[in-house]
Amino acid sequence: MTRTPVLTFTDKGIYCPAGDFYIDPWRPVDRALITHGHADHARWGMGTYLATHAALPVMRHRLGDISATGVRFGEVTRIGDAHVSFHPAGHVPGSAQIRVEVDGEVWVASGDYKVIDDGLSEAFEPVKCHHFISESTFGLPVFRWEPQADVAAEINAWWAACAAAGKTAFLGAYALGKAQRLMTMLDPDIGPILTHTAVENTNRILREQGLALPDTLVANADLNPKDHPGAIVVTPPSAMGSAWARKFGPQENAFASGWMAVRGIRRRRAGDRGFIISDHADWNGLLSAITETGAENIYVTHGYTDIFTRYLNESGWSAKVVPTQFEGESLDQGEEA
Amino acid sequence: MKRFAALFNTIDQSTKTTVKVAALAEYFSAADPVDKLWTTALFSGRRPKRAVTTTRLREWAAEVSGVPLWLFEDSYAIVGDLAETIALVLPPNQSSTDHSLSHWINALRGLADVDEQARKAFVLDAWQQLGGTERFVFNKLITGGFRMGVSQKLMTRAMARATGKPEQELAHRLMGNWHPDTDTWHSLIEAEDASADASRPYPFYLAYALEDGPEPLGDPADWRAEWKWDGIRGQLILRDGTYFVWSRGEELMTDRFPELAAAINHLPAGTVLDGELLVWHAGAENPSSFNTLQARIGRKTVPKKLLTDAPVVLHAYDLLEWQGKDIRDTPFAKRRVLLEAACADLPDDAPVKLSPQHQFTDWDTLTDLRATARDENAEGLMLKRADSPYLSGRKKGDWWKWKLDPLTIDAVMIYAQSGSGRRANLFTDFTFAVWNGNDLVPFTKAYSGLTDAEFRKITAWVKKNTLERFGPVRKVTPHHVFEIAFEGIQASKRHKSGVALRFPRMKRWREDKPLQEANTLDDLNEMLRIYG
Repeated sequence: MTRTPVLTFTDKGIYCPAGDFYIDPWRPVDRALITHGHADHARWGMGTYLATHAALPVMRHRLGDISATGVRFGEVTRIGDAHVSFHPAGHVPGSAQIRVEVDGEVWVASGDYKVIDDGLSEAFEPVKCHHFISESTFGLPVFRWEPQADVAAEINAWWAACAAAGKTAFLGAYALGKAQRLMTMLDPDIGPILTHTAVENTNRILREQGLALPDTLVANADLNPKDHPGAIVVTPPSAMGSAWARKFGPQENAFASGWMAVRGIRRRRAGDRGFIISDHADWNGLLSAITETGAENIYVTHGYTDIFTRYLNESGWSAKVVPTQFEGESLDQGEEA
Repeated sequence: MKRFAALFNTIDQSTKTTVKVAALAEYFSAADPVDKLWTTALFSGRRPKRAVTTTRLREWAAEVSGVPLWLFEDSYAIVGDLAETIALVLPPNQSSTDHSLSHWINALRGLADVDEQARKAFVLDAWQQLGGTERFVFNKLITGGFRMGVSQKLMTRAMARATGKPEQELAHRLMGNWHPDTDTWHSLIEAEDASADASRPYPFYLAYALEDGPEPLGDPADWRAEWKWDGIRGQLILRDGTYFVWSRGEELMTDRFPELAAAINHLPAGTVLDGELLVWHAGAENPSSFNTLQARIGRKTVPKKLLTDAPVVLHAYDLLEWQGKDIRDTPFAKRRVLLEAACADLPDDAPVKLSPQHQFTDWDTLTDLRATARDENAEGLMLKRADSPYLSGRKKGDWWKWKLDPLTIDAVMIYAQSGSGRRANLFTDFTFAVWNGNDLVPFTKAYSGLTDAEFRKITAWVKKNTLERFGPVRKVTPHHVFEIAFEGIQASKRHKSGVALRFPRMKRWREDKPLQEANTLDDLNEMLRIYG
């Protein structure tokens, strides 16, 4: 007798027949379990949402009036015949891997994750399981992140050089997660930290949740750029070079992303300085996370799926590519992901 | 190496020419002369003889990194640069070193004399001592090709600032056959009387495209017009009883065109001609198509039969040196008089011919003439200002190319493949098809012509509309119609559609055009009949 898999892959998303729920679905369903608040994982139109307490405020801010329930990390909830719990994924504050157990078989859907502790998100927690669903955004051995402190030193040196040259430093990053992580890396002795409204909205929500972020000033219409020489502006990349940004006069742009590891991609963003920092696991991170789960079956969702899956299969795992609509770390649109 | 790596980073991280020139000028003022010479060599496409094959480099890099070779190769396909892929995939360096750029180059050259075991030990040791950009630069010294946004123009400008010599003179000094093995910084750049190498060419003057027609150029009487030939630009140098042929890309092509040797019999030493290399059979009215010439380009030695099947003639349109004197500052009209005199007595079988000028008194005449260019196997017209000197590089104002509009066809995208390097993680390489009844027949690939924003948009679409995957290639839902522009069409047995296009690119994304209204194989065959 073959038993029904605990999680199946459908055209609406990852589905659990035993509990009749979906994880991060991309089409409207009755019951959705959400790993984190980025737009390709938490979509509009679900009957009910279940997510960590830490992820919910941002989701409510983005999705409006939703019917949602919060859970603590590690708390086990029973849904139908499934036992469900959320465990830190280390991707952004509040982000979770979702563990689903049915009749002793354990599956983990990890959403997006990174294994290094960024000092802001709940640190990634390896969860033992039989079946592990993994991303592979940076699933090539050319991606290897430097220690966060080294990247922080590079960014601060660039900011200081901009300030010394009388230029405003514009640092592009996602409004949720990356932006706040970068702020905690900045040296406030160099100058004031200004934020785009979209970033500041997320800051406000995260501060209310008790996260320690440095002091920031929102760069809205009331703010006179001339009053803040030597400032750094943390902004979604889409706002760089806009009319709003040009009000700041002489400026330098930088972009913080794992993709900046590749010179060709860096050069595509002509004129922008690139800092290599990502909220996704690098090659070694992906492999160590997968190893630590103890899982034999790996489902590779988004990223360099074909290559990464082949490598896993050659290295002793049983791995499969699973098409999804998750986007990983998007580069050009400046969209949240 | 640290100084050179720092220079590389500064240039690589900026798109502002002022920043690049300042960094280069600083380097040319302060760095060690041997390093400066090598830097100049590297930036102008010269490199030390390859000490290690790229195959070995890949194997060693994969081995040291503990990744299977196929995974290294797949990573390389995405990163798009071998030196960079190796630098990224290797484990972090364990130590560091202060050796200079020329130290590393000399050490690499020493590898020619040792066995493979010793080469491997040296390269692995270097990887272990060099990190970040230094490791990348080291790999580039082996693999070659420092493409980094420094044009010859920028380099000479920076050098002029550092040395106080005029740019034009430096540009000329840097042309031709010099090499760090045989020259020094002093002999190449600083010496009062740069020993004139007989093969040294002049920098080419390059035309700008004329987009809006000739009226803005003013009085037609100030201009001269010629066909814009569809061949290879070449400079023929006749000095000291011998000849040299240079390509626009500063490649010495003498051996590829042995028939030009006969020019020595008809023109005096101390003559340098600028012109177009064309396949032109004796007695033929027009040159053969570019396709025929292509057979010659790739051949370093030319078999006899090919010399007969595809004889090459230089169609001269400018005279740069006459009687041993550089006459580039002489106005074009006067150079032309000298050129015509020089070519007046050329026999029919001489490998040099005078490229004719068109007579015209108004722009309308030229407009009509241009429309017939394809009949002559020409690409359009060249317009040159009568009183202009022969400048170097691409400078706006005196020379204009007024090309015919390309041929176009509306085609359906059926396959997409992601690019590499600058285009990594975007779908940029597409296969296009035309209708044959209810079938779509693929007939060309195209990679260029869309904006980055359009590539992003089509990439998002491809991800959502993939029907099948074949490794890196995705079969997509036939839906989008693109206008494909191309310069020529030939019958081809190698292609399923039976045709091969020259320089196909995407001219426009026809989002307004329904799938069914794309062109047909019959349309393509009709174009082959007319233009093939």
